[in-house]
Amino acid sequence: MDQKRLKKRLFLNDLFKNLFSLSVVFALLVLGILFYRIIADSIGWLSIKFLTGNLSIFPEKAGIYGVMVGSVWLMSIVVPVTLILGVSTAIYLEEYAKKGNIQMLIKVNISNLASVPSVIFGLLGLAVFSRLFNLGSSILAGGLTMSLLVLPIVVVSSQEAIKAVPSYLREASYAMGADKWTTVRRVVLPVALPGILTGAILSLSRAIGETAPLVVLGIPALLLRVPTSVMDNFTALPIQIYYWTLDTVLTAEYANLAAATIVVLLLILFMMNSVAIVIRNKFEVKF
Amino acid sequence: MKEIELTNRINTTDKMVFDVKGLNLWYDQEQALRDINIGIEKNRVTAIIGPSGCGKSTFIKTLNRMVENIPSVRITGEILYHQQNIFDKAISVEELRTRVGMVFQKPNPFPKSIYENVVFGPKIHGIKDKNLLMEIAEISLKRAALWDEVKDRLKKNAIGLSGGQQQRLCIARALAVNPDILLMDEPTSALDPIATGKIEDLVLELKKDYTIVIVTHSMQQAARISDKTAFFLTGELLEYDETKKIFSNPQHKKTEDYVTGRFG
Amino acid sequence: MSDRETDVREIIQNNIRNKKGIVNKIMPVFFFIMASVSVLTTIGIIVTLVTDAYKFFSAVGLSEIFSTRLAPLRAEDPTFGILPLINGTIIITAIAMLVAIPLGLTAALYLSQFASPRVRKTVKPILEVLAGIPTIVYGFFAYTFVTPMLMSLIPTLESKNALSPGIVMGIMIIPLVASLSEDAMNAVPEILKEGSLALGSTKLEVAIKVVIPSAISGIIASFVLAISRAIGETMIVTIASGSSKAFTFDITRSMQTMTSYIVEFTSGDAGSGTTGYYSLYAVGLILLSFTLVMNLIAQYISRKYREEY
Repeated sequence: MDQKRLKKRLFLNDLFKNLFSLSVVFALLVLGILFYRIIADSIGWLSIKFLTGNLSIFPEKAGIYGVMVGSVWLMSIVVPVTLILGVSTAIYLEEYAKKGNIQMLIKVNISNLASVPSVIFGLLGLAVFSRLFNLGSSILAGGLTMSLLVLPIVVVSSQEAIKAVPSYLREASYAMGADKWTTVRRVVLPVALPGILTGAILSLSRAIGETAPLVVLGIPALLLRVPTSVMDNFTALPIQIYYWTLDTVLTAEYANLAAATIVVLLLILFMMNSVAIVIRNKFEVKF
Repeated sequence: MKEIELTNRINTTDKMVFDVKGLNLWYDQEQALRDINIGIEKNRVTAIIGPSGCGKSTFIKTLNRMVENIPSVRITGEILYHQQNIFDKAISVEELRTRVGMVFQKPNPFPKSIYENVVFGPKIHGIKDKNLLMEIAEISLKRAALWDEVKDRLKKNAIGLSGGQQQRLCIARALAVNPDILLMDEPTSALDPIATGKIEDLVLELKKDYTIVIVTHSMQQAARISDKTAFFLTGELLEYDETKKIFSNPQHKKTEDYVTGRFG
Repeated sequence: MSDRETDVREIIQNNIRNKKGIVNKIMPVFFFIMASVSVLTTIGIIVTLVTDAYKFFSAVGLSEIFSTRLAPLRAEDPTFGILPLINGTIIITAIAMLVAIPLGLTAALYLSQFASPRVRKTVKPILEVLAGIPTIVYGFFAYTFVTPMLMSLIPTLESKNALSPGIVMGIMIIPLVASLSEDAMNAVPEILKEGSLALGSTKLEVAIKVVIPSAISGIIASFVLAISRAIGETMIVTIASGSSKAFTFDITRSMQTMTSYIVEFTSGDAGSGTTGYYSLYAVGLILLSFTLVMNLIAQYISRKYREEY
């Protein structure tokens, strides 16, 4: 009798173990199908001509050179702005701020800001950068909006990196007669740099794929001129994917263009993440 | 406001480098040092001993004002360094710390090259001349008895050194700005006996040129290397005398109990 | 002491005495100003949303707002009932949760209780990939693959519908639920599990009787965060669910969420100063309140759960 119950219990254990593992299998399967579908759709469309050509209303002539340039321009705003704002905020919180209300306020604020839907940042950008500062749908407006969106990621990862710098290194510096800024600049930041860069790349990969805030800013659908300054209007990879996907109703081939653009976007993300992993593994100091 | 300058009396005949008068220290409400009066003599090794929590580490960290990095610290009394109160508002902490070097319990080299570690102090204090820096590195590493072991790999990361080498590197780093006092906070507690022996030999060598204050848990170490010994107990300086006297004929029963290993 | 060393001492001394130390005094001020930008961002969000939403609320009557009639683009007499949007948001979020919660939770159980370290080490980074794919890609996937596939199963399914984006969003959120729940499960002290295993319980019994009850608040916090994430998700629904403003519970039909309303309206020609333009900010304010409340709940729950150990 007992033997039978034990058998049943063990059977249930194995059954549920396998059921649970199916969830993981399902998620991985979806990931596989997703990649497969996108690659399959892009085959025949992803070519040198596609990468170097300009946008066109004829699908077979369309290329995303200007779109990629737009994304690069966008990043040229996001990188310096988020790094300066994010790292400074992290330094302030970890090295300078006294424990108290202001420090708490900033910390709580950042964790809440991280969970604000991206479309809301779009509304902020629309009201403040586009209309109030009159930047319209320019690269600058898009870049600043995107910078604020990913700011919490950079702050939190920089904080982690700075926190991981052992306090005995700071002590060694102070004991040599270094002042606070010297200690931060010569000891803390160099040691924290790999962690900071890893976080910065992760935030960039978020920014480069983010769509909603840019759509809210009214980034135009079809733009034939390649941008040449931060005040120019622009389009970016995710925007172009969005409009092409919407327009598949009109022209089926747009789905292929969207898929090819997705492949480009995913490849860029993959490269960025690889760089982040290399930095983390190669340059991070272990204590 | 005119800066009061730490007088350059290195070559004076002053016998005392530190004269501590009525020093009290609190962490929040808790008093960690009570009315400490002690004179640290030039070119001698002074050992600070006492059971854990007696305030010996706190005391040594007040001598270069490192203790003030803890936010809740409050200090009264004075510490005269060559007759100048180091707590004077006009005294630059940075300059004080280039005069009073410190070596910590756990070797704490920066994750940079051996060379960069040694010249850290001179560099942050504005010495840019490459040749001079190299000269400083060599002199300091020689003084710390590390030169022969690392002269071929000055550009290698200091993290790759053994614990004992790291600690001697930290000594070299402290010496590079030419302090006249070296504070050592249990410098051998993380080291094996051989590395400990090397550091102890080094201390005996260094006292010709420097005044050394060393906190130690080891009675044998205090007896071996120090000239004078101060025994701290629950934040008070219970006894301070020639090391020989402390270990052979202490005034206090508690000192005797401690140095003979009956408590602590 | 050599002459050289005395020289060095003197150079250093002079350098320190001549140092102005201005940089050392300026930097904290600079860092503080930079740090306050994040606070200003929050203030900016609240001020823009509230001022423009206020204009909306004073122009449109409450009875209209809380109605099911939504026709903002109608040339004459546009109406601004918000219920269709809230309905669409809740329904699509609910579909996503029906996918993400069971799959995410069981994946977490598998990874934390059953899987070998090797499996865990390979699977977790792949799940992170799933979480790192931009949402626009999921939107494309939902619209061009999942919807046609579902249409072959459900012939009445419209090409834009609530079901497909709901499912895909759920899949996208699986890693979030899985990793947060797994963290909570891993925080359960080993000794509790071992005690039960030693008494002859199977891993399944330990998971159900010990791990889940102990980690329950962390698990629930992960669900709440998942809901918050789903409410704020934009591109998948904008692409795959369309922009029907009908008030319906039929998941085979097109529905609009609060987020996709904002996208549709801004990329259209809502001129500044119109009620339609202000309605964006009113919807944005309600959306922000929804997600904020969810986050506060999650923070409250997980703070309580940290106290448990």
